[in-house]
Amino acid sequence: MSSPLTTSLDNLHPGEKAAISSIHAEESLFQRLTALGFRAGKQIEMVRRASFNGPLHVRIGTTEIILRRSEAHRIQINTGL
Amino acid sequence: MKRVALLGMPNTGKSTLFNRISGASARVGNWPGITVDLMSAKILMGGHIAELIDLPGIYDLHGFSDDEQVVRHFLEHNAIDLVIIVLNSTQIDRQLSLALQIRALGLPSVLMLNMADEARRGSISIDIQAMSERIHMPVAMISAKYGEGFQAALTLAAQSIASSNMQLTLEQINSRLQADNVLEQEMESIVRDSVQMPAQLTDQTTERIDKVLLHPWLGLPIFFAAMYLLFQFIFTAGKPLQDGVAWLLQMLRGGVLEPMLAHVPTWLHGLLLDGIYNGVGTVASFVPIIILFFLIMSMVEDSGYLSRAAFLMDALMARLGLDGRGFVMMLMGFGCNVPALMGTRVMRSRNLRLLTMLVIPFSLCSARLQVFVFMTAILFTPQQAPLVLFTLYLMSFAAIFVSALIFKGRYANSEPFILELPPYRFPTPRQIVLRGWQEVGYFLRRATKFIVIGVVLVWVLTNFPSAAAPASNETFAGMIGSFMAPILTPIGIDTQLAIALIFGFVAKEIVIGSLAVIYGLQGDALMHLMAHKLDWVQGMSFMLFTLIYTPCLSTVATLRTESKSSAFMMLSIVWSLVLAWVVSFVFYQSARALGF
Ligand SMILES: Nc1nc2c(ncn2[C@@H]2O[C@H](COP(=O)(O)OP(=O)(O)OP(=O)(O)O)[C@@H](O)[C@H]2O)c(=O)[nH]1
Ligand SMILES: [Mg+2]
Repeated sequence: MSSPLTTSLDNLHPGEKAAISSIHAEESLFQRLTALGFRAGKQIEMVRRASFNGPLHVRIGTTEIILRRSEAHRIQINTGL
Repeated sequence: MKRVALLGMPNTGKSTLFNRISGASARVGNWPGITVDLMSAKILMGGHIAELIDLPGIYDLHGFSDDEQVVRHFLEHNAIDLVIIVLNSTQIDRQLSLALQIRALGLPSVLMLNMADEARRGSISIDIQAMSERIHMPVAMISAKYGEGFQAALTLAAQSIASSNMQLTLEQINSRLQADNVLEQEMESIVRDSVQMPAQLTDQTTERIDKVLLHPWLGLPIFFAAMYLLFQFIFTAGKPLQDGVAWLLQMLRGGVLEPMLAHVPTWLHGLLLDGIYNGVGTVASFVPIIILFFLIMSMVEDSGYLSRAAFLMDALMARLGLDGRGFVMMLMGFGCNVPALMGTRVMRSRNLRLLTMLVIPFSLCSARLQVFVFMTAILFTPQQAPLVLFTLYLMSFAAIFVSALIFKGRYANSEPFILELPPYRFPTPRQIVLRGWQEVGYFLRRATKFIVIGVVLVWVLTNFPSAAAPASNETFAGMIGSFMAPILTPIGIDTQLAIALIFGFVAKEIVIGSLAVIYGLQGDALMHLMAHKLDWVQGMSFMLFTLIYTPCLSTVATLRTESKSSAFMMLSIVWSLVLAWVVSFVFYQSARALGF
C-alpha cells in the first residue's frame, strides 16, 4: 500500500526535508508531539543524527526538537516533495 | 484578594515575567521544566491587591506528568480572576493551541506574546489587533527579559481582571477540552491571518555554534574539556579569594573577638570562638567560591547548552535505563541535588523518575565541592589539585553510571524521549547577579540553621567530659570514633574524620566546619595541622566516601516527598552508604598494597 516515497522519520538523512503524513503513537505521546508541532502536512527537516545510535535533531518551522529513533519511527513522512 | 496565574508552554519566559512583575526571584533558565512547583507573590494590579502565581510550563491541558499535574490541580482547586497566557512569539504557529484551550475553558485571560526581541530578529511580525479580535482576548507583545512593552501589557492585564472570578471542576475541564482538531484548524486560520513569519527561522548564530558543540565526534570531548576548564577556573580564581576571607576572619578573631571575650568563662570562650566562630568562619570562607560557582552555573543554565548535553549523552543514558534529561538533572545537581530531584517531575514514567532520583544524589554538589577544594588544597600541590577535583567529578559520573546499571532492571521503563532545543541565549547581568545573590541567601540560611547547630554539637562532643583533653579518645567524640573503628579503619578514616563524616550526614558544609572545631584551628594553621596528620591516600579515601554517601538531610527529605515512599528513601541511603564504603575500601587497600 505504501508508496515508495513514504517512509518513517528515522530514515531521513541530515539536510533532507519531508512532509509529515501520519503519526502512530499512544495518546500521551501523540499529544506531546502535536504540541511540539508534529502535525500531518507539516514540513520537517533532519538537522543531524547523534552518533552511537543516539537521538535525532529535527526542525519543524521555527522549532528545533531532539527525539529518539524509536519515537521517530512512529512518524510517517512523505519525501516526494 | 484577586488571583492571577501565569500559564504557558515550558521555556516561554513565565518565570522571567513573574520576576519582572513582582520583583521576586523565581529561578529562570533556558531549559523546559525549570519551574516544577507553584510560586506566588503579592502584587498591586490595577488598584487590587493580587496574588500572582508562577506555574510550571505545560504543553497542553491534558497533563500526564507530575509537573503538569501541579497545574491541573491548581486550576481545579482555585478560583482565578485572570490567566496571563505567556507564549513564545517565535513559535506562535504551534503555541497558540494552548491559548485556545484555555479560552475553551472560559477562564478570563490575556495573551502575552513574549520574546518580542527574538521575533523581530527572526523577521516575524504579528498583527496584535487582528489576533485579539479573532481570539477574543486582549493581546500584547512583550519582552519579559528586556522589559519592552511591559508597562502597556501590565495595564492591559489590570483592565482584564474579571469582576467575578471563576472556579473550574474536573468535569468542566475534561468536557470543554474535547475537540482538539477543531482548535487546530482555528489556530491555523488565526496564524494565517495575523502572523507573518518566514518558513524557517534560521538563527545563524545558534546553527553555527551547534555545528561545533553537537559535532558527531567532537561534541563529547568538547563537553568534558569545557567542564575541566570551568572547574580549573573555579579553583584557580576561587582559592585565593577563599584564603583572603579566611585570613580576614582570623584577623577579626585575633584583633577584636579575643580581647572582647577575654573575661568570659573558659568554656564559653571555647564554645564561642573555637566552636562557633572557627566552625562557621571556616565554612563562610567558602562563600566567594560558591558565588563564583553559581555565577558560572547560571550562565550555563541560561545558555541553552543543557538541552545540547541531553542530545550528546542520550545514547549512553539509554543504555543505563535513563535518558538525556536525567543527565541534565545530574548537571543541575552540581549546584544542589534538591532542585535536581524536583526537576525529574517532567518525567512521566514513575520508574524512570525513581531510577533518576536514585542516582542524582551522587552528583557532586556545591557543598561537597567546598569540602574537596579544602581537602585538595591541603593534600596536593596547586598544579595537582584541579586535576584531582576533576577526577572526583568523573567519579561522580562513575557512581551514577554503576548505580543505574545495577538498578535499571528494577526500574525498567519505556518513556519516550522528546525535547525542545531552544536557541542559545545569554543571561543579562541582572539575571546573573540575582542568581548569585540568591545562592548567598540560601547559603546563609543553611549556615544559620544546620551549620551552627552542627558545629556546636561537634564542639560539645569533642570537649566533654571536660576532664579529657579536647578531641582525645576519652571525649564523647573519641568514644563514638572508637566504636566505629572496625568499619572505618579499613578505609583509612580515623576518629576525628569519623566525627566529621557523621555530621556530614546533615549537610556537607558541616564537614569542614567540624574539622575546624575538632582540630581547634582555623585558616592556615588548620591546613598545616591536617597536612601533617593525613596522607593523601587517607584524604582521597575520605573524599571518595564524602562524595558517594548520602549528601544531606534536605536531599533525603526531598527523596521522600518526591517519591512518596519511605522504602525508596531508605534504599537510597543504604545503597549510597554501601557503595561509598566499597569504593573507599577498594581505593584505600589497593593504594596501600601498591606501597603508597
Ligand atoms: N530573548 C528573550 N529571552 C527571554 C525572554 N523572556 C525569557 N527569556 C529567556 O527564556 C528562557 C526561559 O525563561 P523562564 O522564565 O525560565 O521560562 P519559563 O516559562 O518559566 O520556563 P519553565 O519554568 O521551564 O516552564 C530563559 O533563558 C530566559 O532568559 C524574552 O523576552 N526575550
Ligand atoms: Mg518557570
